[in-house]
Amino acid sequence: MGEALLTHKLVGQRLELAASGSWTANHAGELEAVVDRVTGEAPKAKNVSIDMAGVHEFDTFGAWLLERLTRQWTASGKEAVIVGLPEHDRGLLKEMHGVNREPPPKPQLGNPVVSFLASVGRAGADFGHNLIVFSEMLGAVGMALARVIVRPREYRLTSTVHQFDRVAWQAVPIILLITFLIGAIISQQGIFHFRKFGAELYSVDLVGILVLREIGVLIVAIMVAGRSGSSYTAELGAMKMREEIDALRTMGFDPVEVLILPRILVLVVALPVLTFLGSMSALYGGGLVAWFYGGISPDIYISRLTEAISLTHFKVGMIKAPFMGLVIGIVACAEGLRVKGSAESLGIQTTNSVVESIFLVIVLDGLFAIFFASIGM
Amino acid sequence: MTEKNAVIKVHDLVVGFGDVTVLDHLNLDVRDAEILGVVGASGAGKSVLLRTIIGLLPRRHGTIEVLGVDLAKATEEERRALERRWGILFQQGALFSSLTVKQNVQFPMRENLEISQRLMDEMALAKLEMVGLTPQDGEKFPSELSGGMTKRVALARALALDPEILFLDEPTSGLDPISAGDFDELIRTLQQTLEITVFMVTHDLESLYNACDRIAVLADGKVVAEGPITAMLESEHPWVKTYFQGKRGGMLAERQMST
Repeated sequence: MGEALLTHKLVGQRLELAASGSWTANHAGELEAVVDRVTGEAPKAKNVSIDMAGVHEFDTFGAWLLERLTRQWTASGKEAVIVGLPEHDRGLLKEMHGVNREPPPKPQLGNPVVSFLASVGRAGADFGHNLIVFSEMLGAVGMALARVIVRPREYRLTSTVHQFDRVAWQAVPIILLITFLIGAIISQQGIFHFRKFGAELYSVDLVGILVLREIGVLIVAIMVAGRSGSSYTAELGAMKMREEIDALRTMGFDPVEVLILPRILVLVVALPVLTFLGSMSALYGGGLVAWFYGGISPDIYISRLTEAISLTHFKVGMIKAPFMGLVIGIVACAEGLRVKGSAESLGIQTTNSVVESIFLVIVLDGLFAIFFASIGM
Repeated sequence: MTEKNAVIKVHDLVVGFGDVTVLDHLNLDVRDAEILGVVGASGAGKSVLLRTIIGLLPRRHGTIEVLGVDLAKATEEERRALERRWGILFQQGALFSSLTVKQNVQFPMRENLEISQRLMDEMALAKLEMVGLTPQDGEKFPSELSGGMTKRVALARALALDPEILFLDEPTSGLDPISAGDFDELIRTLQQTLEITVFMVTHDLESLYNACDRIAVLADGKVVAEGPITAMLESEHPWVKTYFQGKRGGMLAERQMST
């Protein structure tokens, strides 16, 4: 491969350049440096000639750099001639002669303070907008539900069963495993710390109340948000990108009724079921640790548990579960429908979906805590 | 027939999936600086042939030689060097959706060349202008483009490194006849100025008449007819006959021959 080169000599008021080597993309880096160096040469020269006879490879990169060179000299009032360019390369140079004539659009650079304030304002407005989008989705789902109640034959039963299999049935093993471990850890920590003042038995109260009221439903909701909420968003988002949702709409179907309602109803049903299974698994895990680590035999564990917990604790946990399912479903579906054309936006909305639904689940849990405290449950 | 230098030589190629053999001992040469149109019924294996040549599909048997490099024997480095010497226009454009049009065109340059941002900007805009787009289009995202513009941007990206071979997978599908005609002309002009070899998979009869130097017809996993358009009109192969002399082909043939 020949090196891209450009030699120059001054003859009176005439700058003579001789080019050689490869004026191609592969040598564009060195070529650019050489051309830039030559541009500043011989400010006194009146006219310039560039001899291209020595160039044996020539492509658009070379042609543009040559054009840029002559354009700069012409702009400063010099006369530039190109000689010795082979006939078949002239077309390329001519093509390049026409391009980049209008200046490229300037990127808009704002004041950093203003743009920071703007981004803060936009985040605030986005938060408000999110609330509106979620209420819209809630309303649309409510409308779809009302329509389905009036005409139950139109409900998508197959889709519901399929979603229930994916969201509830297939989630059972991982939910059981995780809640089992959480129950075991709570029990171990309780025994370890209560042992200092001889109150190991109270760790059973700790496990029972905590698991049934709070931890069981929270862990399950967070797991489901990560596992099923994200997949809802990605699924609906990909369908939106491939215009499948538009296709449904033009065929006279309501996407909310066909796609979203079954998914959300499944979550509303699945979450209490999974919460029940998860809570039982956590109590079981707590009991095993109490037996092997704390020396509390299963008989004592169970009788202590029946004293410590009441149906109220169980109800508090189970009442919260369907609402959390609803929140996860609404957020996941609303975010899915906000996906725009690019792969990046699919990623952003999926992240948003999981983050927002976990956040809302915890906020909701707090509101329920206040509510139950005030009604004395 | 006088043989110019063949830049792509496909010899005895067999490609299949599972029990299905798509390409069955196929031979094809693409000559230097020509536009070769590959036609065939849907499912005849046109896109499979293209994807096998560029290395996206594995082959069962046979050799493929591109620009003097045997793909089966090439090292990783040789392959990468070779990939820089060809440009590919995918059927759906395959633009990177998170980059702007200008960044899409600059992407191969940024990865392969050591040039300044200024030159990269100028070259990207030059390529966009060569395919008939404006500098303002450079700031758009692929999701904001029409079908025709997407094809043009994809072509500009395929041309980013001044390739020696250009692979086009149905460049005019999904365009209206006028845009498709413009696109054919564009490919013809670019091919002449840049002196590149074009391998074009197409369904479009007009493209075959207006843009292609030679045509290869795929049927039954083989090339059943090869040559310029006049040879196609004389071919006795039943599919070729129906294709070029059927209702749509016949009308075009009459119109072209009378001018």
